[in-house]
Amino acid sequence: MSDLIEIRWHGRGGQGTVTAAKVLADACLSGGRYVQAFPEYGPERAGAPLRAYNRISSNRLRMHCPVLEPHVVGIVDATLIDAINVAEGTPENAMFVVNTSKGPAEIRTRLKAGERQKVFTVDATKIATDCIGRALPNFPMLGAVVKVTGLVTLDHLLEDVKKSFGKKFSQKIIDGNLEAVRRGYEEVTEG
Amino acid sequence: MQKVVAVTGNEAVANALRQANPDVCAAYPITPATDMMQRFASFVSNGEVDTELILVESEHSSMSACIGASAAGGRVITATSSQGLALMWEMLHIASGDNLPIIMPVVNRALSAPLNIHGDHSDAMGARDTGWIQLWSEDAQEAYDNTIQAFRIGEHLALRLPVMINLDGFIISHSIERMEYLEDKAVEDFIGEFKVVNALLDLDKPKSYGPLILPDLYIEYKRLQHEIMSRVKGVVLDVAEDFEKLSGRKYGLFESYRLEDAEVGLVIMSSAAGTAKDVVDSLRVKGIKAGLLKPRLFRPFPYGEMAASLQNLKAVAVMDRADSFGGYGPVFMEVSSALYGSSKRPALINKIYGLGGRDFLPAHAEETFLELVDIAKGGGIKTIKEYIGVRQ
Repeated sequence: MSDLIEIRWHGRGGQGTVTAAKVLADACLSGGRYVQAFPEYGPERAGAPLRAYNRISSNRLRMHCPVLEPHVVGIVDATLIDAINVAEGTPENAMFVVNTSKGPAEIRTRLKAGERQKVFTVDATKIATDCIGRALPNFPMLGAVVKVTGLVTLDHLLEDVKKSFGKKFSQKIIDGNLEAVRRGYEEVTEG
Repeated sequence: MQKVVAVTGNEAVANALRQANPDVCAAYPITPATDMMQRFASFVSNGEVDTELILVESEHSSMSACIGASAAGGRVITATSSQGLALMWEMLHIASGDNLPIIMPVVNRALSAPLNIHGDHSDAMGARDTGWIQLWSEDAQEAYDNTIQAFRIGEHLALRLPVMINLDGFIISHSIERMEYLEDKAVEDFIGEFKVVNALLDLDKPKSYGPLILPDLYIEYKRLQHEIMSRVKGVVLDVAEDFEKLSGRKYGLFESYRLEDAEVGLVIMSSAAGTAKDVVDSLRVKGIKAGLLKPRLFRPFPYGEMAASLQNLKAVAVMDRADSFGGYGPVFMEVSSALYGSSKRPALINKIYGLGGRDFLPAHAEETFLELVDIAKGGGIKTIKEYIGVRQ
């Protein structure tokens, strides 16, 4: 069980958080790993806080309940830091990945992160606006989470993101999203 | 060759239904089963199956259409949840009473009132006495595997019975998990061609379905239904043996997990059983002899086999995700019936958990095990039936 990685995502309805969790699960299938991706179902409204979860392990996953002690917390909307306890249940070596234009030191203070907890930031909303013209921060956040966790390589992730678009979208939209993932991966910084 | 995928429970079962290529599907949408039938409808539209899809105006009509199509001589499927299953109720008895092997995944959900769309076993437990075979699944893989096996079981010439395949609403139906698909051809060969029995559309040999039977023969007919049900266990085991050869995955009447030398145990179904297995492992590390029994075939219920597996334990908690107000939980009633005939039997308690989608957490399993350890030491049973995880 030692290689089990549990992730909790915090976002707001409409930001693509659940999609990020799903694409991550699919990408992590490689190497014979077991994966789970599931949101917390409630009244689904744009803008309402939501949680989604991932489990990734080389052993069969049997646990069917929310992640209570996440190793990684992905915060897709930084306004949630003041609204809910995003650090709930985090172990002392947990990692936070936050979508914000602020620096990691400032966010570390706001999160009241522990000494051994790591805080990473990435301006995922700006990246998304640059790359796809819409404030959809999920794919830059996915790139950032993959960078800090090392769960899969960037190339592998890009392949899976491409696959998730299927045949319904124009090349321009797909390329913009791939660039958003790549920039999220490259621009995430630790503080 | 099996294909490894990361899919939802609904997607997995929809694929099993596609691979079975039914003749007729009559469906009406209801959360959380909607998405399964929506996916199946896409297979129909894309020409991936030869199925005639009948979109009806209610679940009562969907089961009625299934009954007509099955009696006419086709392989027939539908799927539903909760109120949808409840609305089918009178037709469920007709499907089983007429020996029609309709295959129906049930994505388990709570019943109203109050309105709740989340995972709970109240729907299918309410259909316990409808004469359908019931298989229960822990995860997406089991739901897929059980659906494939259900065709072989229900359509078996010694049975010809309808089968419900149960999976937990949202927890399994809408969660993405890694699982393995069998190849289309392998599933087609495993299930085999549909064998038509007493087809209404065989006009050269006219038949009558569902005639009036008066008191002089009605009880004989019902006695026969019971007798046919008594053959199910053997068929389920034979089909499981063939399925293991195909898939490498082993199934039985129920699953025993670290039960052989256990002193305390849980009887727990579906997705919560997975969570509880992890707790069994952690308690074993601490020196507590914990074990678990996960029912798979709930109708017919394997009384003798289950009693043999549980009689040597000291204390057992039967976990129910459904309730009978003023009574015990439905699984508890069966397990205590199973054990009454044993000369040796464990102390037995009943926990009601997870109603309306309330999370079943490792802590819930752990505190139940610790209560059982205390009972096993001679601490006595305080309350037979108790609710867990209830906010005060």
